[in-house]
Amino acid sequence: MFHNLQELRHSPSLVTKVFIQRDYSEGTVCRFQAKFPSELDNRIERTLLEETVKTLNSYYAEAEKIGGQSYLEGCLACATAYIIFLCMETRYEKVLRKISGFIQEQNEKIYAPRGLLLTDPIERGMRVLEISVFEDRGSGGSSPSSTMSSGSSAR
Amino acid sequence: MSAVMITRKVRKWEKLPGKNTFCCDGRVMMARQKGVFYLTLFLITGTCALFFAFECPYLAVHLCPAIPVFAVLLFLFVMAMLLRTSFSDPGVLPRALPEEATFIEMEIEAANGNVPAGQRPPPRIRNVQINNQIVKLKYCYTCKIFRPPRASHCSICDNCVDRFDHHCPWVGNCVGKRNYRYFYLFTLSLSLLTIYIFTFDIVHVVMRSMNGGFLNTLKETPGTYPLKLSLTVLEVLVCFFTLWSVVGLTGFHTYLISLNQTTNEDIKGSWSGKNRGQNPYSHKNIIKNCCEVLCGPTYPSNIGTAINPTVSVTMFIVLSLQKTTAPLIPNEHTPDDAKPSIAASAEKNASPKEEHPAATKVPPLASPETDAETSIAKERAH
Repeated sequence: MFHNLQELRHSPSLVTKVFIQRDYSEGTVCRFQAKFPSELDNRIERTLLEETVKTLNSYYAEAEKIGGQSYLEGCLACATAYIIFLCMETRYEKVLRKISGFIQEQNEKIYAPRGLLLTDPIERGMRVLEISVFEDRGSGGSSPSSTMSSGSSAR
Repeated sequence: MSAVMITRKVRKWEKLPGKNTFCCDGRVMMARQKGVFYLTLFLITGTCALFFAFECPYLAVHLCPAIPVFAVLLFLFVMAMLLRTSFSDPGVLPRALPEEATFIEMEIEAANGNVPAGQRPPPRIRNVQINNQIVKLKYCYTCKIFRPPRASHCSICDNCVDRFDHHCPWVGNCVGKRNYRYFYLFTLSLSLLTIYIFTFDIVHVVMRSMNGGFLNTLKETPGTYPLKLSLTVLEVLVCFFTLWSVVGLTGFHTYLISLNQTTNEDIKGSWSGKNRGQNPYSHKNIIKNCCEVLCGPTYPSNIGTAINPTVSVTMFIVLSLQKTTAPLIPNEHTPDDAKPSIAASAEKNASPKEEHPAATKVPPLASPETDAETSIAKERAH
């Protein structure tokens, strides 16, 4: 046996997945809706999620910004027939790395203690921000226990 | 929390259900029918080979040695753009995973309400407002997603492609958001190359005939005169016909870029006729439109090819008695023989994978995951 039975009773299982859709009101730039999904009402504070989505949106806006740096990158790459991308990382890739680190950090600090998990949008084709909802430890059924989330938010 | 987080690198392109072929470890992606692409390659390399072999020696000596040099550079640029267009991911949108598809279906049903039996349900359309213009997002039954604005489903490749322009058989691939600028530069540079070769072919014939009669030019070396005649004529003919089509195509795409439209939108007449001047994606400024399309950011691939070849899938797994497998992070209960295999798989995930053409020194997602693994394991211990 790898666990004692008590631990097993507390192992979480996936309840549902909530998807935050893209916000196309500003065109085809990558933005996610700030609307708070009702399924997460008991699991996480509204402001925390909205803050995460806002930060993500700002990262994507930075990646897709059309300005001096993107022109320079584009012209330089064109002049070298795009061979320069063999040695250079594009600005978008740099920002994607930052985003991935940010999501990891958010998962560790905020979402995992509440039984949630954010999935990086790049792994879902940049279409949705997927939030996996796990059942809380200590609860027998699939309904989330509010005592657990309030306990973990004390960290 | 007793769950553990594992990282498993899964290449999305390996599981892509569309009709594409992949090779070189996912770095090359093309449509299934490649015959016309090989024809394109043959025409370009064949004509250039003839030019270098028969025209260039004469022109380099009698006119200027820079002529063949420039021709070589131009030829290399054309080939680079062609291969980049043909082999890169045009911006394929991966299909929805089952949970996402179910979620969308539930939203649709909630929006439609109860449909009386026997009646056809309303078409699945979502309206969004972009820059004060209502744009309809259609639902794709194959990919089970609502297509983002400007995306379209390519029936030849069986994928939804972002900012879908058209499927080009000459390059053997779709032209979409990620490879449109390479396609445009390909047509532009090919036009220049064709004009260049055509001009210097004519110059060559004129120069030789000035040195002594038209027929004499072709009689220089008696044994090769019919060959030289036919090759020169062949080159001129190929260039002449290519010129009209490629220059026309370049002109058409220049027009589209200045208006920030795609071929698909132009054909459907989305922003023309009574809708003229209402394109919500246009900046209403030709220079800005050109800059956005040609000098905009280089978007990452959503299916993990070339530019972003390794995509990792991070997930929680539940340790349960039903699966009699060892936990993936060794703890005090792990049998000793399972520990080395766990360490080995963790190491394998962390090792950098090489990528081409855009190489990064460290795969972007390797280190944060392994750090997260250890931190979650620590949390477990509490």
